[in-house]
Amino acid sequence: MFPGEKGRLAVAMSGGVDSSTAAAILKEEGYEVIGLTMHLWDPLENGLGNFGRCCSPEDIHEARRVADQLEIPHYVLNLRKAFEQEVVDYFVAEYLRGRTPNPCVRCNDRIKFGPLLQKAEELGAKALVTGHYARIEFDPSKKRYLLKRGRDRNKDQSYFLFLLTQTQMSKVFFPLGEKSKPEVRQQALRLGLRVAQKAESQEVCFIPDNRYGRFVERRIGREVFQPGEIVNRQGKVLGLHRGLYSYTIGQRRGLGIGAPYPHYVLALDTEANRVVAGRKEELFSDGLVAGGVNWIPFPKLEGEVEASVQIRYRHPAAPALLKPLNGGKVEVKLRVPQKSVAPGQAAVFYQGDEVLGGGWIEKVL
Amino acid sequence: MRRVYMDHNATTPVHPEVLQAMIPFFNDQFGNASSIHWAGREVKKYLDEAREKVAALINAQPSEVIFTSSGTESDNMAIKGVAAALKDKGRHIITTQVEHQAVLHTCMFLEKMGYEVTYLPVDSDGLINLGELRRSIKDQTILISIMFANNETGVILPLPEVGEIAREKGVIFHTDAIQAVGKLPVDLKRLPVDILSLSGHKLYAPKGIGAQYIRPGTKLAPLIHGGHQERSRRAGTENIPYIVGLGKASEIAQRDFAKHQAHLLALRDRLQQGIIRSVSEVKLNGHPTKRLPNTLNLSFLYIEGESLLLNLDLEGIAVSSGSACTSGSLEPSHVLLAMGMKPEIAQGAVRFSLGWGNTEEDVEYAVQVIPKIVRRLRDISPLYKKRDL
Repeated sequence: MFPGEKGRLAVAMSGGVDSSTAAAILKEEGYEVIGLTMHLWDPLENGLGNFGRCCSPEDIHEARRVADQLEIPHYVLNLRKAFEQEVVDYFVAEYLRGRTPNPCVRCNDRIKFGPLLQKAEELGAKALVTGHYARIEFDPSKKRYLLKRGRDRNKDQSYFLFLLTQTQMSKVFFPLGEKSKPEVRQQALRLGLRVAQKAESQEVCFIPDNRYGRFVERRIGREVFQPGEIVNRQGKVLGLHRGLYSYTIGQRRGLGIGAPYPHYVLALDTEANRVVAGRKEELFSDGLVAGGVNWIPFPKLEGEVEASVQIRYRHPAAPALLKPLNGGKVEVKLRVPQKSVAPGQAAVFYQGDEVLGGGWIEKVL
Repeated sequence: MRRVYMDHNATTPVHPEVLQAMIPFFNDQFGNASSIHWAGREVKKYLDEAREKVAALINAQPSEVIFTSSGTESDNMAIKGVAAALKDKGRHIITTQVEHQAVLHTCMFLEKMGYEVTYLPVDSDGLINLGELRRSIKDQTILISIMFANNETGVILPLPEVGEIAREKGVIFHTDAIQAVGKLPVDLKRLPVDILSLSGHKLYAPKGIGAQYIRPGTKLAPLIHGGHQERSRRAGTENIPYIVGLGKASEIAQRDFAKHQAHLLALRDRLQQGIIRSVSEVKLNGHPTKRLPNTLNLSFLYIEGESLLLNLDLEGIAVSSGSACTSGSLEPSHVLLAMGMKPEIAQGAVRFSLGWGNTEEDVEYAVQVIPKIVRRLRDISPLYKKRDL
């Protein structure tokens, strides 16, 4: 499975089925497995109630119990401060700029494959293992590491990994990339893992019940949220909003506009504190500009290239033409207009199963 | 893989003689010491004997020793007990910045209750300034609580001098002697200390038993109310097997004191020399000589203590950084920071604390393993790379 002789691997264990099974499989295959769990967040400390999400004290406990069951050493790494600065603060700042943040991409980039990877290396591990459904392969002809979708297209998490650098990829391994989720659950059951039946976590790990608005409110304090106008693209006032943070691009509910046809959030104007809303047709865009782009099979995009782009995790990927711009940016011309392109989100470029790279959506065209 | 335990300041294994001594008291001689019948009477004898042994170790009278559930409870009882008993006399307490959390958090709790606490600073060696102590005492001061020896660095504080000052000013003096008992001579006939806390599991007795010395005449309210056990100072049916265990451990500690001292000192110095000789840029934390014979706290520059710790663990060597109660967090030790250490240096600190069971082979193994780990960590350390610039 993992190229190279059996040696020491550090598995990032979240207490969930995927990472637990990854650890179990590798141990069974004869690797020397060490479990690492990141302590990222304390829900109780932040007064938001106790719930089990990666990676709170509840999850740490679960991960440790799995490690006990597998009889592997287990260490908890306190990364709370880094997580708060790099992920939570980023999340709140983006929201306040009227953008749609993607904290999971950020956590991967700044935490998991940052200090956690460093720790794995310090522990003498040949690689950091996670339970991501994605594949890393080394291409000897290009002498580069490639990132590919997981074989289970439905579970594929390559979207969240587009910022991986060559250096990082040389030290990371995804054993579940070739497997399907049902297969993994089966293996968990076969191995008798206590977490085999555990439910999936679909939420942002540090925000209970997906109530982003309430979370931001609690972090910042009510005063920041000013009611303002909801306008259409022509500037006509349609209604009032409670505070920009409660809205995301493409949102239909909660606008409170009495009109013969449904209205959707098109954009958030932070300067004028206005929500721009319009008909469904107005939600479609022909393109976008992405910045902070990371390329994988090549160091830089030299010319135009056809690719498919995913503008959200749960987006089927749309055909597009990529054009490099200055300053590490790329212009993405969508062959077929797409709905709800949201600044702040990640745009990830694929060719077939291969991830070409990705960036952060800065402008909607 | 060799397993070497060098974390005796965190806890110690129960001595085989101690375990043997405890066994009859679980289901053979199991009575409640307060009962007037044969079952109670037969264990009362052992309760008294154990008390005598603990008292002997610290050169006190048996009537001055009571049993608690732990060193932490003893600390809590001493501080809260004096605070409650003397609340009408004053509400000021003096302690240090390097105390164990059992003392610090108790003091912080009292602050929330309206007490005023002075936390004396320490110098870079970990020692307090006696002049500063003297100057901090005021009319409202009702308690001075200063530890005998620090659990992280092993630094020994000047108890006789502190006691003299306390006596002079008429302030009750409590000392957390949890790390000192068994490692240093403790003579309460000579030490001007009013309350002294000790813990079983630092002394090769089990976890879950502690004791408190209380000088006659010391005003102290009980922490735990209920029956009249322990001369009404600490309620709760006496934990006979564990008390017997503590008694036995105290007896052994006294009996083999000189032997253990010599053994610990020799091994510790060997470990210290061995490491310093083979690893560069290592700093000794804490006073070089005013230190427990078994403790060695070193900062390995440019690497994180936690990484060193985990790697040592993977090689079978158990040590710690920061006190056991607080490591789990990456925060540098409050003790080292109080000594004025830069966070990066405090971050690289590792504590070795040897015990009766350690051998020369243990030390050799550690001395062999540590430089390799440090070298590897420095090779991948961004801090180490930057240091030449």
